[in-house]
Amino acid sequence: MNKKHLFAGLVVLLVIALFGVGLFVGRANNRDVAAGQVINIYTSRHYGVEPVFQEFTKQTGIEVRFTTGSDAALRLRLQAEGKHTLADMYIAVDAGNLWLAGQDGLLAEVQSTILQNNIPANLRDTNNRWFGLTRRVRTIMYHPDRVSPEQLSTIEALTDPKWKGRLIMRPSTHSYTQSLVSSLIAAHGNAGAEAIVRGFVANETILIDSDTRILEALAAGQGDVAITNHYYLGRLLEGNPNFPIKVFWANQGDRGAHVNISGAGITAHARNRANAIKLLEWLSGPNGQELFAGSNHEFPANPKVAAHPIIAAFGEFKTDPLNIGEYGRLQKDAVELLNRAGYR
Amino acid sequence: MVVSPNPNQSKRPSRLLPLVLYVTIALVVLPVVIVASSLLTPSTVVWRHLAQTILPMLLGNTALLLLGVSAGTLVIGTGLAWLITAFDFPGRRQFRWMLVLPMAIPAYVMGFIYMALFDFAGPFHTFVRSTWGQDAYFPQIRSGWGAILVMTLTLYPYVYLLAKAGFEEQAGSNFEAAKALGSSKLRAFFTIALPLARPSIAAGVALAAMESLADFATVRYFNFPTVADGILRVWHGMMDLGAASELAGLLALFSLFLLLIEHRNRGRMKYYQSRGKLPGIPVVRLGGWTAALATLCCALTLFAAFGLPLLQLLVWAVRELAILTPAVMATYWRLAVNSLTLASLAGGLVVLLALIVASLSRLSGRRTLQNLSRLVTIGYAIPGAVIAVGILLPLAFLDHSLNIMTSELWGFAPGLLFTGSLVGLMYAYIVRFMAIAYSSVDASMEKITPNTVLAARALGANARRVLFDVQLPLIMPGVLAGAVLVFVDVMKELPITVMMRPMGYDTLAVWVWQMAAESLWTSTALPALIIVLVGLVPIKILLEASSAGDKKHIG
Repeated sequence: MNKKHLFAGLVVLLVIALFGVGLFVGRANNRDVAAGQVINIYTSRHYGVEPVFQEFTKQTGIEVRFTTGSDAALRLRLQAEGKHTLADMYIAVDAGNLWLAGQDGLLAEVQSTILQNNIPANLRDTNNRWFGLTRRVRTIMYHPDRVSPEQLSTIEALTDPKWKGRLIMRPSTHSYTQSLVSSLIAAHGNAGAEAIVRGFVANETILIDSDTRILEALAAGQGDVAITNHYYLGRLLEGNPNFPIKVFWANQGDRGAHVNISGAGITAHARNRANAIKLLEWLSGPNGQELFAGSNHEFPANPKVAAHPIIAAFGEFKTDPLNIGEYGRLQKDAVELLNRAGYR
Repeated sequence: MVVSPNPNQSKRPSRLLPLVLYVTIALVVLPVVIVASSLLTPSTVVWRHLAQTILPMLLGNTALLLLGVSAGTLVIGTGLAWLITAFDFPGRRQFRWMLVLPMAIPAYVMGFIYMALFDFAGPFHTFVRSTWGQDAYFPQIRSGWGAILVMTLTLYPYVYLLAKAGFEEQAGSNFEAAKALGSSKLRAFFTIALPLARPSIAAGVALAAMESLADFATVRYFNFPTVADGILRVWHGMMDLGAASELAGLLALFSLFLLLIEHRNRGRMKYYQSRGKLPGIPVVRLGGWTAALATLCCALTLFAAFGLPLLQLLVWAVRELAILTPAVMATYWRLAVNSLTLASLAGGLVVLLALIVASLSRLSGRRTLQNLSRLVTIGYAIPGAVIAVGILLPLAFLDHSLNIMTSELWGFAPGLLFTGSLVGLMYAYIVRFMAIAYSSVDASMEKITPNTVLAARALGANARRVLFDVQLPLIMPGVLAGAVLVFVDVMKELPITVMMRPMGYDTLAVWVWQMAAESLWTSTALPALIIVLVGLVPIKILLEASSAGDKKHIG
């Protein structure tokens, strides 16, 4: 019987030892992070961030470390970690997410004249807890062989039965769809927006969970019009200048095209607050904007910075002046509306 | 401690060992209980909304997925296992092990590869259109059928492995007797071979079914919302973690129900039947067109589930290699080291804990304890994201309490000891993957009948020799198989790793997910290939261990 105890004891010890290794590996990693000139970031934007941060490190000597994740999970983690969090900055790709982080008390106010001057008022939080850094326009895309721009006008007009089976959109699970519907609620009220979404459903809209794939499906002829973010077309055009799809700026006759942002805020318990503010200000300036927005073919939030030539060629357009924090406030309504309307 | 129920046992019951067992079971079940306990305070408003809107669709889709994947893996897995066991045909020896290879491909990678290949803009559909016109028929991959197909192709190896073991360990005499009594070979299969292998097959199908319940990445690619997807819809979209937990709690209850069915089934069908050195089911050599058909079946499955996705990854990888910079190479190397560290640590931990639970519950000799310990497998049917929530919240509480305590007593705060290190991550892996290790270890212990121990003791072996010369060699393949399966699964794991890793501790799977989310497919190729290749090595070890002698202890 003692032998069995011994054996069991050994196994338990081994388990504890393995956990110890886990503790050591993670902690060593954290110490490394916490020491010296460094900024730690939680980000749900995970494309093209590395070169931007590398450039910042080169210019300032401040190291940037980041952890990616989905927005809801990153916010939950920030909340659970509370004042012990390592994260100094939260970067998100949808205004709704930033609004929620501000609402949950995860972000601290930042008083900075540089940020005030660089970022227009409708692209930042009214309480200065988060700031938009890039603008992405969710608008209409079409194949010029099968659709002429004269047939297009607004997002709402795509509910016309003539587009039955010809329209491609993104499923309701994505924040891009949810924010678009939030903007419809802001413009038409709940009932009005629901009628529009029901129109999309009645038109047997094709749903594809990737904007790139939507544009490729459009090019291949699965549909004739689609709603996507503008920069996915920019990305495809960079790879293939002859990619056949054209952009149409929606709602130019009324409120303007639907704009969303990617942006950032400083966490409430940031340990490297000064450095993080420095990074935020740098990102809003000419150098950071060019890299951060340009690398992904997004429009700079700073109006003084020029857009990447590929998207500048898409032409001038008017955007919806709504404060984008509204997308966050209306998100729950939007999701429930999408569920009710049977939009998958 | 690996001694089976032993007549001498009851004389002096140990107090310590059951305690270890209780603590282990409690720790593994705790996160699931935390999540499920939200059911006690139902969010009636959200439920009413869901019931009126998407819930019927979610339930219907989940049922369809469950049935489809179960039936698919059952037919393909069992069919191929029977073909390999009972017949000889060209390529049989190679197919015997190669048919397991699809296990190395994560379902989400398979998902986006199938999507890229077979959707409207993909090369196959494009070819069909250019040949037979724009309106030529082509099956819609972005559908429930697509999801079922892809999941069946990645999950059938579980059933195949277990069914093969179930067939191979049968004594051929039963089968021969049935044939001698005039049964056709087909009838003998359905009346003798299949029922005898039923416990193994059921265990394999149960694993596949639970895996499909927990999946959310693949069903999202195919826009086929299931309950697991609904959990994320409620959490991320409606921002109601409470209601999302309730949905997850229901999923947990349902998988508990599945487990009970499987267990009852196994309980009634318990045969101590290791055939030892007796001949197995006689192998029939096929010729002519039947041989060609058998080879074709194996080859087609292998091509669809492994060859085609691998080929696509290689094509992307070649494109990527042309533009690969040293900096990116260094990143991949770092990711690979992180993945391997996590997978090895988790593989060791999970299998050790499985060993503790399986052996201690047997040692106790009490039926209720043995049933209780099956609870540790419940995490396998819960989506990783939900397990992560169930662990993050209590561990964060523990971290904060610890910091408050140390700063009040000694004036310093150690920071986030559990949630900021690999400990939380390991804990989550244990909860999620215990089922695989446990069923593997437990099945191998099942082979040690009370008679084995008694015979060894009667032949004069002392307890030590029984342990080291009889029991450990018998369960080693099961332990090894368990560790290896967990290793491969952690390499592929996504939602838990994304949510609980320490700052900047990225893995190959996390990278693949990020790139796939942006449809940057060429950038997924090399890391995905590393995951697949690293997964192949343990599969090879596993197969060698399982075919060494006649010990087939997987599952």
